[in-house]
Amino acid sequence: MSTEILMPALSPTMEEGKLSKWLVKSGDTVKSGTILAEIETDKATMEFEAVDEGTIGEILVLEGTEGVKVNSPIATLLAEGESAGAAPKKSKKTADAPVPAGEDHKVVADKGAEKVVAPKTEVAADPEIPEGTEFVTQTVRDALRDAMAEEMRRDELVFLMGEEVAQYQGAYKISQGLLDEFGDRRVIDTPITEHGFTGLGVGAAFDGLKPIVEFMTWNFAMQAMDQIINSAAKTRYMSGGQMSCPIVFRGPNGAAARVGAQHSQDYSAWYASVPGLKVIAPYFAADAKGLLKAAIRDGSPVIFLENEIVYGRSFPVPKLDDFVLPIGKARIVRPGTDVTIVAYSITVGQALEAADRLAEEGIDAEVIDLRTLRPLDMDTVLASVKKTNRIVTIEQGWPICSIGSEICARVALEAFDYLDAPPTKVTGKDVPMPYAANLEKLALPTVDDLIAAVKAVSYKE
Amino acid sequence: MPDAPKSNSDSLKKLYADMLLIRRFEERAGQLYGMGLIGGFCHLYIGQEAVVVGLMGAAQEGDQQITAYRDHGHMLAAGIDPKAVMAELTGRSTGLSRGKGGSMHMFSSEKKFYGGHGIVGAQVPIGTGLAFANKYRGNKSVCLTYFGDGAANQGQVYESFNMAELWKLPVIYVIENNQYAMGTSVERSSAVSDFSKRGASFGIPGVQVDGMDVEAVQKAGEEAMVHCRAGKGPIILEMKTYRYRGHSMSDPAKYRSKEELTEVREKRDPIENFGKKLIERGVMNAEDMKALDAQVKAIVIASAEFATESPEPGLAELYTDIYA
Repeated sequence: MSTEILMPALSPTMEEGKLSKWLVKSGDTVKSGTILAEIETDKATMEFEAVDEGTIGEILVLEGTEGVKVNSPIATLLAEGESAGAAPKKSKKTADAPVPAGEDHKVVADKGAEKVVAPKTEVAADPEIPEGTEFVTQTVRDALRDAMAEEMRRDELVFLMGEEVAQYQGAYKISQGLLDEFGDRRVIDTPITEHGFTGLGVGAAFDGLKPIVEFMTWNFAMQAMDQIINSAAKTRYMSGGQMSCPIVFRGPNGAAARVGAQHSQDYSAWYASVPGLKVIAPYFAADAKGLLKAAIRDGSPVIFLENEIVYGRSFPVPKLDDFVLPIGKARIVRPGTDVTIVAYSITVGQALEAADRLAEEGIDAEVIDLRTLRPLDMDTVLASVKKTNRIVTIEQGWPICSIGSEICARVALEAFDYLDAPPTKVTGKDVPMPYAANLEKLALPTVDDLIAAVKAVSYKE
Repeated sequence: MPDAPKSNSDSLKKLYADMLLIRRFEERAGQLYGMGLIGGFCHLYIGQEAVVVGLMGAAQEGDQQITAYRDHGHMLAAGIDPKAVMAELTGRSTGLSRGKGGSMHMFSSEKKFYGGHGIVGAQVPIGTGLAFANKYRGNKSVCLTYFGDGAANQGQVYESFNMAELWKLPVIYVIENNQYAMGTSVERSSAVSDFSKRGASFGIPGVQVDGMDVEAVQKAGEEAMVHCRAGKGPIILEMKTYRYRGHSMSDPAKYRSKEELTEVREKRDPIENFGKKLIERGVMNAEDMKALDAQVKAIVIASAEFATESPEPGLAELYTDIYA
């Protein structure tokens, strides 16, 4: 009986991919290690090897097909003596099926952060973008790359350094194509030496260069924490304003999917507590572009927190020659009257989904995307709370001393008389990130958690 | 570097005068600390003057300097106004950092002095980054990156060595080996005590230099500058030196004997010995020295007066200079 060869998951965040090329055809004999196909993931083009021996029966997915779901059958494999017509057997949950198929597929889609469906609600227009501007649809990944490329074209002093940013084209492909355009003087592969290259970047910035330092993930930046805080953030103050550090530190922050405790931490609250740093955490591609360009031009050190799961999401980006957004301005992405939901980064998507579902139950939520975490745009938050009289914050980070803690405290201090319910926060759980899929899901804030919190402050159980 | 001397004799006199200024300045700073006019930590450079003066004698316009918290001497040698340095020590508005940095955190973009860093070893990658900027800009400047025998055991030093050699960055790593990392001697802290060899596994050449001999330091500095300016990458200069005072003003230095200190002061004092040489060679006579001493003393007294008479920073300064 033939078995199915399934579309493999080749990265922690991959949910579907492109079958770029078949390297075998029906009738070919294969054995363990034979390269069957080239598959394009959300990060790279990878070779896919056979695990079992046999003969290729039928090719089920033609090469060039995009959007092939992980675990869907792409070919059949015949055992010895079988003919191509043999009925395929459902593959077992083993080796070449890294995640279970069939009914369990929902679990796959939900791995890591909760699967966020595209919100049905129209996202409110950004008042910073002139009316009548044309938009193009772009992934967050491409928007970030374009921001860097545009600023590097504009200013010779801007350069990018980090692990795998040049020849490898970026561990998450954010710097794709930059080496070709700008050369190895300005797109620099570093050794794995976070403490060292962070300090080196700070020194270059003291001299007036404008480095973009990419951390493969923010988890690795803890090795460089002293240089970020003591050297980059404090020097302008300690020098009485003489010396600045125009540097951008950027990379993916927060949980990816199934990468465990040491690779899944949201550092937003840590950096947002430090005077001397600016901290940006965008969700939409337009914000990623406009704010990264602003960060590169800023004279102060900027912490730019991206999100791996969001990299592949597509959003409209204004078609403007030089689109730069102001740092420190939140945006109301969905106006509403009944309750204020404050979110940033990936949780903006969750907040919009929650708002849609709440609308069906008659609760009209206003969703604020903070975009910048330091300086925090409390004016926008307070104005909204004064209108809705209720606030719920959502973030992936830990609950204690979180961004939500700060916002709830400020709202309690500055808008106490306007509140009809206690300011409430939805956060990640107070635990290191577990590996097991079910526990990881439990550790992260969900749309359901948010909806429950909104109902609680609305006294509608 | 500033006020470039016209003749060899002038340049020798300048070396002597610069060392003397640092010595007298530091003595006065120690006194002001004792009077409660300087607060916090205060690390004096007394005994090590030949290192920075000799190296600045080898530097050119545009070369950068960066060091740790024992930094007053480096600033004076860079030509920074002693008044501004002393006023920073007393935390006054006229200080180099307008009173917000203190002894360990001072900077001068104008004089290419990049601090003044309070965290042991942190200045090493930053200095490597300054050298990176020189290469990026395509100029011929070199960054003098100073650190001590204590910092030489920090991991980031070796991360920096690796990148500096890999990318051939124009940086001179000056290891000021004063033999004690606070209270821990080199023998008790370092598996290999020859710091000039610390770059060997990265292919970085190193030289041991008598850091109490200003001319030997200058010569080694000039050779190292040639190496760096030729695009050959980094080089290490281990300066064998000695600090006379404790690690900071609050350190009684019980970890070494009085005899050890006395012997260095009597036999190896950089200023005393160089002064004798200048007299022997006829560059200066006793009268010149006396006049110079008076001149230096006047500068230091004026800086102390300035530093004690200047006002403290305005209270509004608390919230300035945080963002560019």
